[in-house]
Amino acid sequence: MSEVATKKEGLFGKKERKMLIDPLNDNNPITVQVLGICSALAVTTLVSKALVMTIAVIFVLAFANLIVSLLRKGIPKQIRMIVQLVVIATLVTVVELTLKAVDYPIWKELSVYIGLIITNCIVMGRLEAFAMANKPWQSFLDGVGNGLGYGIILILVATAREIFGKGSFMGFQIIGPSADYLIDTTTNPWFSWYMPNNVMVLPAAALFVIGIIIWIQRSRNPKLIDIS
Amino acid sequence: MGELFNIFLKSVFIENMVLAYFLGMCSFLAVSKSVKTAMGLGAAVVFVLTLTVPINWVINTYLLGPSGVFKTDLTFLRFILFIATIAASVQLVEMVVEKFSPALYSALGIFLPLITVNCAILGGALFMVAREYDFAEAATFGFGSGVGFALAIVVMAAIREKIRYSDVPAPLRGLGIAFILTGLIGMAFMSLMGINPANYMN
Repeated sequence: MSEVATKKEGLFGKKERKMLIDPLNDNNPITVQVLGICSALAVTTLVSKALVMTIAVIFVLAFANLIVSLLRKGIPKQIRMIVQLVVIATLVTVVELTLKAVDYPIWKELSVYIGLIITNCIVMGRLEAFAMANKPWQSFLDGVGNGLGYGIILILVATAREIFGKGSFMGFQIIGPSADYLIDTTTNPWFSWYMPNNVMVLPAAALFVIGIIIWIQRSRNPKLIDIS
Repeated sequence: MGELFNIFLKSVFIENMVLAYFLGMCSFLAVSKSVKTAMGLGAAVVFVLTLTVPINWVINTYLLGPSGVFKTDLTFLRFILFIATIAASVQLVEMVVEKFSPALYSALGIFLPLITVNCAILGGALFMVAREYDFAEAATFGFGSGVGFALAIVVMAAIREKIRYSDVPAPLRGLGIAFILTGLIGMAFMSLMGINPANYMN
């Protein structure tokens, strides 16, 4: 259940680098560990949302891992979930209030999802699997790495969904009929060959996109193929 | 009684937590490899939802609401208190499972404590608040949502056990095909949205 890291060889030894790189591909939280799917379905309609969410999750994950790892010897097993949740909830509140102070419009758009990082299983999943059994520095790196791995998938899915669902990328219209291009494609049927497809905005489409990402990833990385 | 039956039916089939609202996906996808483990997790979720939704109803009405003990509107504490209730009951379930079924405990692995952060559980509590159920309705809704989750995960596990013998492209086997299947089932469930069983009862 827990992955115990052995002795460290300095601040950025081989083990530490592996901890950062592994979650990007070989041990990706979404496509391999199956953690954090709910939020991947909810915030991936727009790339900008996915970006803010990624930054927030990296912060919460890294510091939750660090704090729980520092406390790990003092937490009784019977109440560890409540302790973990208190740590997570505190950090999420910090992120939410910071975002509110820094960028109010984005906070308004995302506040619900930022609050829901508390129930993002990737955070508690890493606490349970890693931070409860490892040293603080390794746990911190593991948090950053897993946050990045989560972010990569989130941004890939959001790119696919925004381009094909809304015809835009980061809010700029790039395909589909629009009057903003050099040639006004709304009036000229020859140039408006692609109509944004509303299916891509539904949560079900995110499942298809993640399924296809898994397909691509595993065909490039055959050791991940499920043999059972 | 008819009203309660209606809520039960709706929460199991029409507004299914997993297949209609896409909540609780992580454990749904990760634990649906075999029917036996899926049933174990399903039972745990039924128990936790049946327990926490009514408890959270009591907290929400008598502790946080303006007509509660403190006579003030404390609803900003809702998230924290709901999550604390859920964490406590999941901890209880974990201890019971570890004691009575070590095999199931190791099969569920990390996904047993992760019931705490299963969106379906917190989602159940928040839907209960949003839809303004009374106590009996909240209890029925909690039980119904749990049964809905259990049903969905067992169905998915059965499909995945069968699909193992099909000619799925190798990189898509296991998790990949599970994602795509869930998407297809979810799209089918979308057509059930909005049906109200009460219209067909008389």
